[in-house]
Amino acid sequence: MSEQSVERPRASRRRARKRLNLVGIFGEVFITAGVLILLFLGWQLWFNDIVFGNSQRNSAEELSSQWEEDFEASVEPGDEETPTAADPGEPVVMAAVAENAKFANLIIPRLGADYKRPVAEGVGNSVLNNATLGTGHYASSAMPGGMGNFALASHRTAYGGSFHNIHQLVVGDSIYVETEDGWYKYIFRGLEYVKPSGVGVILPVPQQPGVEATERLITLTTCNPFLSSAERIIAYGVFDSWYPRAGGAPSEISAVATAAAGR
Amino acid sequence: MYGALWRALPGPVWLRIIILVLLAVVLLTALVLWVFPLIDSLTVQQDVTVEE
Repeated sequence: MSEQSVERPRASRRRARKRLNLVGIFGEVFITAGVLILLFLGWQLWFNDIVFGNSQRNSAEELSSQWEEDFEASVEPGDEETPTAADPGEPVVMAAVAENAKFANLIIPRLGADYKRPVAEGVGNSVLNNATLGTGHYASSAMPGGMGNFALASHRTAYGGSFHNIHQLVVGDSIYVETEDGWYKYIFRGLEYVKPSGVGVILPVPQQPGVEATERLITLTTCNPFLSSAERIIAYGVFDSWYPRAGGAPSEISAVATAAAGR
Repeated sequence: MYGALWRALPGPVWLRIIILVLLAVVLLTALVLWVFPLIDSLTVQQDVTVEE
């Protein structure tokens, strides 16, 4: 009798544990999957975003240093006369470059005191999802300082998210583009929201097909809202002036411009 | 699943904990270096350009 009374609870406990085990394994698998998905999102939207952002910034600094070195090497000793900054004349416009080649740096003080990102030719994933590039130039659009529209695309979130805070630009903000020749200053004029098919925004005169350009513009395109591709947010800027490399960087961005030269 | 893993590990509790931490580090490294970039390249890309 005592045997039975001990044996029965033990057997039922064992059966209960087996059932629990099966449920427990299912539970553990789901919890593990959930943790892995959260880890992936954290990696994509936060960790990798920061890694890409830093690496893109370093890539831009390298470009700046290279240009500064090249310029110093090209200046003969004794040939010290620098053109006065008062009237730099018409902006020099560089020739088109090869696909995927980085040729300019974008400097926007409103997006951060040390905001500097490289710009490469083309808007394919090989540029936009690249740890050392990230911002692409629409090959059909003008080059920096050129008559018409200098149009760029970059990510809003993840992959460095160069245009994350583009909606925070305020009318009158400066947008600088650095090339081998110097710095081109554009003034932010306004935002526009369009459908993904709204190619009118990168025309020489935005939204006016066939009209000949009389202004020098910059256009930044990225996705809107955050984490969605439903719309595009567009930022327009108008050319203000340019600063030849010989005269040094404009004072507003001298800190971010000389960080590279000092290295 | 994790109970079986815990029972399969050798040694006293402190050694098992050290082994588990090392396993977690190896797993995280593999995820960040290879698995996450692969998943990222296979999932839907966010378009940021305007095109016809």
